[in-house]
Amino acid sequence: MKLLKLSRGRLFPAFEEPLAEVSLDAWRDNPQEHAEATALTISNDTSLADIKCDLHGFSVIILDFPAFKDGRAYSQARLLRERYGYTGEIRARGDVLRDQIFFMARCGFNGFEFSGPDADDASAALEEFSFAYQPAADGIAPVWRKRLGRAAAA
Amino acid sequence: MYRYDEFDATMVAERVAQFRGQVARRLSGDLTEDQFKPLRLMNGLYLQLHAYMLRVAVPYGAMSSKQMRRLGEVARKYDRGYGHFTTRQNIQYNWPALVDVPDLLDELADVEMHAIQTSGNCIRNVTSDQYAGATAEEIEDPRPYCEMIRQWSTFHPEFSFLPRKFKIAVTAAPHDRAAVKVHDIGLILYKNDEGETGFEVIVGGGLGRTPYVGHTIRKFLPKEYLLSYLEAILRVYNLEGRRDNMYKARIKILVNSEGADKFAEAVEAEWAQIKDNGIDLPREEIARINDYFAPPAFETLSAESAALEEKKAADKDFARWVRANTVAHKIPGYAIANISLKPIGGIPGDISDVQMEAVADIAEKYSLDEIRATHEQNLVLPHVKKDDLYAVYKALKEADLATANIGMVSDIIACPGLDYCSLANARSIPIAQRISERFADLGQQEELGEIKIKISGCINACGHHHVGHIGILGVDKKGEEFYQVTLGGSGAEDASLGEIAGRGLSSDQVVDAVEKLVGVYRQHRQDNERFLDTYRRLGADPFKEALYEAA
Repeated sequence: MKLLKLSRGRLFPAFEEPLAEVSLDAWRDNPQEHAEATALTISNDTSLADIKCDLHGFSVIILDFPAFKDGRAYSQARLLRERYGYTGEIRARGDVLRDQIFFMARCGFNGFEFSGPDADDASAALEEFSFAYQPAADGIAPVWRKRLGRAAAA
Repeated sequence: MYRYDEFDATMVAERVAQFRGQVARRLSGDLTEDQFKPLRLMNGLYLQLHAYMLRVAVPYGAMSSKQMRRLGEVARKYDRGYGHFTTRQNIQYNWPALVDVPDLLDELADVEMHAIQTSGNCIRNVTSDQYAGATAEEIEDPRPYCEMIRQWSTFHPEFSFLPRKFKIAVTAAPHDRAAVKVHDIGLILYKNDEGETGFEVIVGGGLGRTPYVGHTIRKFLPKEYLLSYLEAILRVYNLEGRRDNMYKARIKILVNSEGADKFAEAVEAEWAQIKDNGIDLPREEIARINDYFAPPAFETLSAESAALEEKKAADKDFARWVRANTVAHKIPGYAIANISLKPIGGIPGDISDVQMEAVADIAEKYSLDEIRATHEQNLVLPHVKKDDLYAVYKALKEADLATANIGMVSDIIACPGLDYCSLANARSIPIAQRISERFADLGQQEELGEIKIKISGCINACGHHHVGHIGILGVDKKGEEFYQVTLGGSGAEDASLGEIAGRGLSSDQVVDAVEKLVGVYRQHRQDNERFLDTYRRLGADPFKEALYEAA
């Protein structure tokens, strides 16, 4: 497993000290005991609307892909970015594969515990599409906005 | 028709390039079949009983002549000279070699076609009324909304790994030809009492092993909010839909276990948060897409055609074809002409390369370059001048495409069944062929009127048996094929699920069974009522009695 971080549209291998992780449940039960924690793990069956607490103290929120097919964390990531304004790192853990990283990045993930063999290849996967049809959490202007821009320039 | 601009063309070309890389990784052994499977499934490539099968998207069933011609060429070059139109208005190729698929996709991309999201647990190809833009029934053309949905759902990053596949259908006519009530989301465009147009939003319908008719969760959605509302539904489903059991993972299970009211509340709450987040298209983009669907250059003609009447009087078979296969067009002097892909004794939905090219030529010459595929596995020439109908008929006849049986007992929907499919328990196609042969006489079929027979080779219900007036489901009983008959289903605006008639029948008995059911109908029908109306009026008993008496 390698840790990759997204920066300006590319993935870079990252080396860091192990995070002080705490699960959402443990932290809610006793926040004082986990005052040193820097990373929060949230399971993918957790409703973010029910958390009702300040996430901004954590530098990393770790979301889970128990299997690549289980796509709940895509929605969780978008909600963290777009609804709850979380600006720290959102890290994908679990079954994180080359061909899903593009979707993850669009939903607001910027850290990846990548289980595939080739980090450079994962970075190439991010560049397979030049455009996006719909807005998401990555701030890429959707195709229709580009069309408007072009029409205005013409 | 919609035409790609450079953005659309780039997206499709990049998808082919991406898939080419994935295929290369598979062929070189970098990917195991297990790792490759989810990737190929995102692009419509299934591994069937004997070979790979590629499902090509025909967005909302609309094709140009150029596209149809290319589909024929592809069938000849990469397949065994035929293709198969499906109940999702798509076309499938049954025999492509894996190594050829990227080139095949390149050839499709040249004519603005692709296989994106024709499988996998994502938002599938959106389907619609095959008469869109041609029928006077519709309040507005539904195709622009389909195209908006196509673009919004393409590579949607949040909704590419849903609990299960997701199908959306749109209609804008009171007569529902798109089966919207048995889709994950069905949208009906209509005008409300205030004179505004918007959508009735129906969620949680579906067939498969747990069939449901959908529930209306919003009576009226202003049409400019279409995409944000869809996004809200999909988000609730993505987060809340079951993932522990693939047979309970469709949205219909969520909606029906929570209750439609509670589900609707969750959607409304989500929508309230996102409706003004810039998901919906601005007016200019809606207008841009609408422009592609502006009515083609219709001529000003008189409503009646003397030439047509003359040919009808002179050629009885032609007159029958006109009665059975053509319907009213919104423009005077034009007709909508259906092309049956159900020749007597044929394979429902199959069409040869040469036939595809013939259809392309006919559409180019006589139907303003447009062709539609229907969910009942037929084709449509949407804009034919009545004056030209005879020429169209002759050309179709020449190509063996002039069977006059639309909506009739031999116009059968059948899934590929055990002849192709790795999930099937029983064969569907030979049953359809034998029923069709039993009722070969077209005069008799016309006299029987509308009877919808739908055949599925397993409980996954790809042949829509639950909504057949007569449904036939293949089951495996100790290694032998058996068929369970259901009665009284409908996928139209009067949607209902068929009821099981009784114990399963052998492959030999099932064709007789259909004949017996039709016999009961004949005996009891009043005036011009359809088989389904007679069944609904009388109930199941007389039909069951006929099926199981002394059998």
